[in-house]
Amino acid sequence: MTRIRFQQSLDELKEQLLVMAGLAEQAIQRAIEAYRVRDLSICDLVSRSEIAINRLEREIDQAALDLLAMEQPMAIDLRFILAVIKINADLERVGDAAKAISERVRSMEQMAVVELPVDIPRMASMAAEMVRKCLQSFIEADAETARSVLSMDDAVDAMNRAAYKALTKVMEEQSHLAPQALNALMISRALERVADHATNIAEDVIFWVQGADVRHHKSVTGGRDPHAMG
Amino acid sequence: MEEHILPTEHKLKARIRTLTDGLATGLAVLSTLLVVAPLVAIFIYLVYKGASSLSWAFFTDVPKPVGEAGGGMANAIAGSAILLAVGSLIGIPVGISGGIFLAEFGRGTKLANAVRFTADVLNGVPSIVMGIAVYSLVVVPQGHFSAFSGGVALGIMMIPTVCRTTEEMLLMVPNAVREAALALGVPNWRSVLAITVRTASSGIITGCMLAFARVAGETAPLIFTAFGNVGWSSRLDEPIAALPLQIYVYALSPYDDWHRLAWAGALVLIVLIVLAVSLVRYVTSRGVLKGAS
Amino acid sequence: MGVGIEVINLNAWYGTNHTLQDINLNIPANHVTALIGPSGCGKSTFVRCLNRMHETNPIARVTGTVRIGDLDIYEDANPVEIRRRVGMVFQRPNPFPTMSIYDNVAAGLKLNGYSNRRALDEIVEKSLKNSALWDEVKDELKKKSGASLSGGQQQRLCIARALAVDPEVLLMDEPASALDPVSTSKIEDLIFQLKSQYTIVIVTHNMQQAARVAEKTGFFLNGRMVEFDLTHKIFTNPSDKRTEDYITGRFG
Repeated sequence: MTRIRFQQSLDELKEQLLVMAGLAEQAIQRAIEAYRVRDLSICDLVSRSEIAINRLEREIDQAALDLLAMEQPMAIDLRFILAVIKINADLERVGDAAKAISERVRSMEQMAVVELPVDIPRMASMAAEMVRKCLQSFIEADAETARSVLSMDDAVDAMNRAAYKALTKVMEEQSHLAPQALNALMISRALERVADHATNIAEDVIFWVQGADVRHHKSVTGGRDPHAMG
Repeated sequence: MEEHILPTEHKLKARIRTLTDGLATGLAVLSTLLVVAPLVAIFIYLVYKGASSLSWAFFTDVPKPVGEAGGGMANAIAGSAILLAVGSLIGIPVGISGGIFLAEFGRGTKLANAVRFTADVLNGVPSIVMGIAVYSLVVVPQGHFSAFSGGVALGIMMIPTVCRTTEEMLLMVPNAVREAALALGVPNWRSVLAITVRTASSGIITGCMLAFARVAGETAPLIFTAFGNVGWSSRLDEPIAALPLQIYVYALSPYDDWHRLAWAGALVLIVLIVLAVSLVRYVTSRGVLKGAS
Repeated sequence: MGVGIEVINLNAWYGTNHTLQDINLNIPANHVTALIGPSGCGKSTFVRCLNRMHETNPIARVTGTVRIGDLDIYEDANPVEIRRRVGMVFQRPNPFPTMSIYDNVAAGLKLNGYSNRRALDEIVEKSLKNSALWDEVKDELKKKSGASLSGGQQQRLCIARALAVDPEVLLMDEPASALDPVSTSKIEDLIFQLKSQYTIVIVTHNMQQAARVAEKTGFFLNGRMVEFDLTHKIFTNPSDKRTEDYITGRFG
């Protein structure tokens, strides 16, 4: 095979992205764990890994830029590098969302533990599962696994909308629970964003592997477009 | 494995190389001188022996009868010119056409191989044999010696040289030039004549000049064809004088007068050939553009 | 104006070597079509079949149909006529060495009997302008020989020469491969400008060049045409794995 060095560079780029993905996935899982057991030391771990994630984002973008300039990649190689650049950005946002969740956990430390009509743990595990699956689809270059992630986004969107309804009702009717409800709402938002980023990553994998642009799809249940701002 | 060569060894080897280089250059120069020397020597000798006999009369008078002083070789000079003109008219077109056929239309065919073989054989035919052949073919049926038959003999002798050099020069034209012409929608025959031949033209002209210079000095084929003439001849079916022929006759004669004329004639012959060749070179180099080979 | 080219079941042999096998494609009019592929894949042979130049080789043989516009070039016309409608520019610039710039450009016309001085002057000027060479040579048209120009200029001269006979199709066999990057860019810009008047087929081993100039690209491999599609599709998401392997440099 010709262009051995180029192939090696592509493999190294993939490795770098996987390292970053591992950190991002770990950050989310830790943030969810911190919420579950209310452990502030885990929040510190999340904050520290944020720094590593940001550094990797810069390095990966630079490596991808160099490959584009020096190697004139075509077809699947070109799509791969483009996908890496985009996944890079989404992973960094996942890291940001993990940090946001851990911040909420910190502020909830001061408050009393109350029962709220939302199932954060279930949302969290779905979001985490989506992240795990989209990264698996990237490692294995598997468009089928990626597509399964796309369909999970609707469920998370629905859960987020339900949480919004329920928690605004709580804040109206039981105003003494407003702080906890607000925090829970923000955690729900963060998890919904994590799901969106996982969906983006899955779409980028499909673009890389099949050359198909499946973005901005509207699901049957009228779910939100992950690419819309909000 | 490294050889440690001392600096002094280096210097010695370098000096030997320089010496060898000088020696080889010297040998090359010497060889060139050896080649050029006879030519220069002949020329100088001819000037020495012949210049004194040159006069205006030499170029305007016909030979005087034996015993009378003076006389010239005007008719021989004119005769040579006519014979060469006839020869060129026969030899050059046939030779060039043959060369074009060999290079452009018949490449690789059996006919081309046969033509080439024939040309090479013709080249090797001794000039006296050529003269005898033309005698049988032209003089005998005509019943008399003639300028025409002399021209034919010279022309046939020009053919192989012109043909082979034309072929060589045409083969040297890069195929890219031919393709460029064909791709413009130019028919093959036109491309050959207007492009390929034109590109090779300076080489082809050189070939013609080589042939011309060679036959200008031929004597043997003219003995039985042109035969020679002591006076002017104005018709192609009459015997005609020729410079080399005249020189031959005078040189073999027992008369000193005629010997002197022979030397002068030889000098004139060489000078005329050199002049003719130079003139053609000058004219064609002016016509060809800068940058072309 | 250019015309489209239709190729149906084209097969070509050099002696016993089956150089082209069952080629079918439609080259659109007034577009640039690039042909890519590894060495020896048949793309140059194919292009030479489009103006019957492959016939200059005595052992060449062709079956199938090539239609240029509505003319079947093997049935309805002879090679000389075809080559006046389909011009060709070669890999190495080949101006006629003994001719001036003017004579080079006018050669195709003069050799076909055209002699009107005024008309020739106009055509020469127009062709040199069309090939972006006019400004550089307009003062020395008859004094300078074609061979005394630089490589890039010589190639533009050859393009002008081809354009002077007003063809409908222009075939270019790796026209910039012997040139430096600046000359290459000039030729590519030129191709872009010319396509509105001519149909252009360009053979290139430089994929970036194909990507830069051509709307459609065909990939040749071992005498067959593997894929023929819009250039941007070939280079971002080709349908055939062999195409992808070639353009990503995994072979060839």
